Amino acid sequence: MVVRALRDEGVKYIYGYPGGSLLHVYDALFQQEDVQHVLVRHEQAATHMADAYARATGKAGVALVTSGPGATNAVTGIATAFTDSIPMVVITGQVMSHLIGEDAFQETDMLGISRPVVKHNFSVQRPEDIPSIVKKAFHIAESGRPGPVVIDLPKDMTTPTERYPYEYPKQVKMRSYTPITRGHSGQIKKATDLLLNAKRPVIYTGGGVILGHASDQLTELSRLLNFPVTNTLMGLGGFPGTDRQFIGMLGMHGSYEANMAMHHADLILAVGARFDDRVTNATDKFCPTAKIVHIDIDPASISKTVQADIPIVGPAKVVLDEMIQLVKGSKKQPDAEALKAWWQQIDEWRQRHGGRYRTDDSELMKPQQVIEMLSKVTNGDAFVTSDVGQHQMFAAQYYKFNKPNRWINSGGLGTMGFGLPAAMGVKMNFPDDDVVCVTGEGSIQMNIQELSTCSQYDLPVKILCLNNQSLGMVRQWQDMNYESRHSQSYMNSLPDFVKLVESYGHVGMKIEKYADLEGAMREAFAMKDRLVFMDVAVDPFEHVYPMQVPRGAMRDMWLSKTERT
Amino acid sequence: MRHIISVLMENEPGALSRVVGLFSQRNYNIESLTVAPTDDATLSRLTVTTIGNDRVVEQITKQLNKLVDVVKVVDLSEGEHIEREVMMIKLKASGQMRAEIKRTCDIFRGQIIDVTPTTYTVQLVGASDKLDAFISALGSASIMEVVRSGVCGVARGEKVLSL
Ligand SMILES: Cc1cc2nc3c(=O)[nH]c(=O)nc-3n(C[C@H](O)[C@H](O)[C@H](O)COP(=O)(O)OP(=O)(O)OC[C@H]3O[C@@H](n4cnc5c(N)ncnc54)[C@H](O)[C@@H]3O)c2cc1C
Ligand SMILES: Cc1ncc(C[n+]2csc(CCOP(=O)(O)OP(=O)(O)O)c2C)c(N)n1
Ligand SMILES: [Mg+2]
Repeated sequence: MVVRALRDEGVKYIYGYPGGSLLHVYDALFQQEDVQHVLVRHEQAATHMADAYARATGKAGVALVTSGPGATNAVTGIATAFTDSIPMVVITGQVMSHLIGEDAFQETDMLGISRPVVKHNFSVQRPEDIPSIVKKAFHIAESGRPGPVVIDLPKDMTTPTERYPYEYPKQVKMRSYTPITRGHSGQIKKATDLLLNAKRPVIYTGGGVILGHASDQLTELSRLLNFPVTNTLMGLGGFPGTDRQFIGMLGMHGSYEANMAMHHADLILAVGARFDDRVTNATDKFCPTAKIVHIDIDPASISKTVQADIPIVGPAKVVLDEMIQLVKGSKKQPDAEALKAWWQQIDEWRQRHGGRYRTDDSELMKPQQVIEMLSKVTNGDAFVTSDVGQHQMFAAQYYKFNKPNRWINSGGLGTMGFGLPAAMGVKMNFPDDDVVCVTGEGSIQMNIQELSTCSQYDLPVKILCLNNQSLGMVRQWQDMNYESRHSQSYMNSLPDFVKLVESYGHVGMKIEKYADLEGAMREAFAMKDRLVFMDVAVDPFEHVYPMQVPRGAMRDMWLSKTERT
Repeated sequence: MRHIISVLMENEPGALSRVVGLFSQRNYNIESLTVAPTDDATLSRLTVTTIGNDRVVEQITKQLNKLVDVVKVVDLSEGEHIEREVMMIKLKASGQMRAEIKRTCDIFRGQIIDVTPTTYTVQLVGASDKLDAFISALGSASIMEVVRSGVCGVARGEKVLSL
């Protein structure tokens, strides 16, 4: 019934790992071909694969893991999806229902363990409920503010010799769950009036634009108004990265111009962004002169950390569409005079830092150069997944994302080990696209066993390892706040990655000189059907800049090792 | 400020733990909590009293509303409302103490619901501050055990919390 329900939901791939409590389900999987199972090497990877599929498509990914250790191994992946609001359905095996509570073999209270990191969870108590629970799980995961849903499945709910009536529901109705479908027109009107009167506006958008498939609307509205646009780490690709109106990412490692523009704005239109502490810096100093319009599908995101002047609860796509109509129909036009002055100011800020970095202080390549080359070699068109650390920030800053759903990283939880399985989840579903995992020598080792899964399923992803021989992000903080006491941030005994990947049957490259970089990268991407691991030696002493000064305002930043605003 | 929040939710296993978990996970405080099924057996009504500033309480109601099992949430303290709590209190009562306790009990309109030669058990219904006042009027010396139900409340007038 489980497999049938997944098939009827239209699921093509599920990612998982078998175990005692799931043997009936795995036997059912064996006897059909509609739902294909991908065997990972660690359950965490299964959840990241499902998660990345969801990030690339907007549809819920599915993972299947056994009870006890299988389920607990999946928890990091579930939490990763939860903090970034990613739709996912995770089916966890459970011991026989009569054994629950008896400390049975491989029993864990998965409902309890997962509760704080799921949108919802279900425990199956009657086999005949399986179709409706599966349907509800997908509905909840994908609608409203998306999120992961866990279905805990006791083994005796799947006994193959017992038969039950099966009907997969076409629709679900839940009196206690009714996601909002449109915004309040009065509020939208008020907000639009503010937009048309703004002199120093900024449009600040986040993951909600990606999740809500609203980047066309965002782009149209921004162009109509000629306002500058900044994206959060999760919002990159929501607005074309090479567009003149794009002023870069904002926040802790945001661009100088984006953070300055935010600080001096008189109006901020926030769309599907949650005023995260990595964005706002100290909230009491945040954007002192700005009125804030906040569009979000989740009322709890509004006025949580920063008070909104005009809250609009609703899906970004629908609300922005309504704004576009209002702007088009309005007699009043944006204040061209004021905007001209504002753009002049922004362009001045752009000049001041403009994403520069030094290349003359080290023999080794700079990580920024490597990402810029990647952007060039792939025409800004690849799916880029990332791990967590400096390399992640460099990828966010220097890869120009022109399309949504192509930048796939763990922002809210910052899960090292996410990148490789994420790239695999994307590649499996987009076999003709370039998929590259930007990683560090630290992060890649957190799920490196998945190189084996890549061999089994022919997943020719590209891995670009910015090898700085250290936990660079940690080391940067130690440089800046702990007088360079590099406590445990040095990676000793690194493997020879080339030999390592070769032993799994893949191609490895060691790249040490900038002169070799472009050629090597092109060669790697030309090998369409091979996994290629590019181990790139980069300057271990490089820092990510700009970097906001702790407890300061948006505009308070370090611009390099020696310059402060 | 103290708020009384009423929650109508699906009467399903796990629903209560989601509410309680939410409070500890997000560092909200719970002063008291009561829960029981309503006339419609598929629904439970939960009342929680909490202390927090407006912003915190706004977050609490929003976060409660987000729980998939929760049907409706209302902050009763925002309007006119009635709150009640039940207390059963067991007191040492012998000799002349017995009359004294009986008198205090009458003043507060408590009922003696169990009697032994050396104890009284008193039941008192009222707003929480009335129960507090009764306890301090008795003085701690004679109190053996206090059992309070936690607050439940309802809006005044026509307003109802229902489907
Ligand atoms: C090392 C490191 C450094 C970081 N540095 C930065 C940094 O410099 N800058 C930065 O921005 N981030 C940074 N982050 C990421 C940060 O931690 C947060 O994950 C991120 O800022 C949150 O992005 P967001 O506000 O877009 O919200 P998301 O987590 O993407 O949340 C999406 C929001 O949109 C809403 N939403 C969902 N669907 C819809 C819809 N259909 N319509 C409307 N709304 C919807 C949701 O309710 C939610 O409020 C960093 C992370 C790491 C690991
Ligand atoms: C699972 C996990 N553990 C610890 C951390 C804390 N952390 C954040 S970045 C980082 C260093 C990452 O090193 P590496 O992958 O080599 O990337 P680099 O910063 O050097 O580019 C660490 C340890 C984390 N984010 N995730
Ligand atoms: Mg590193």
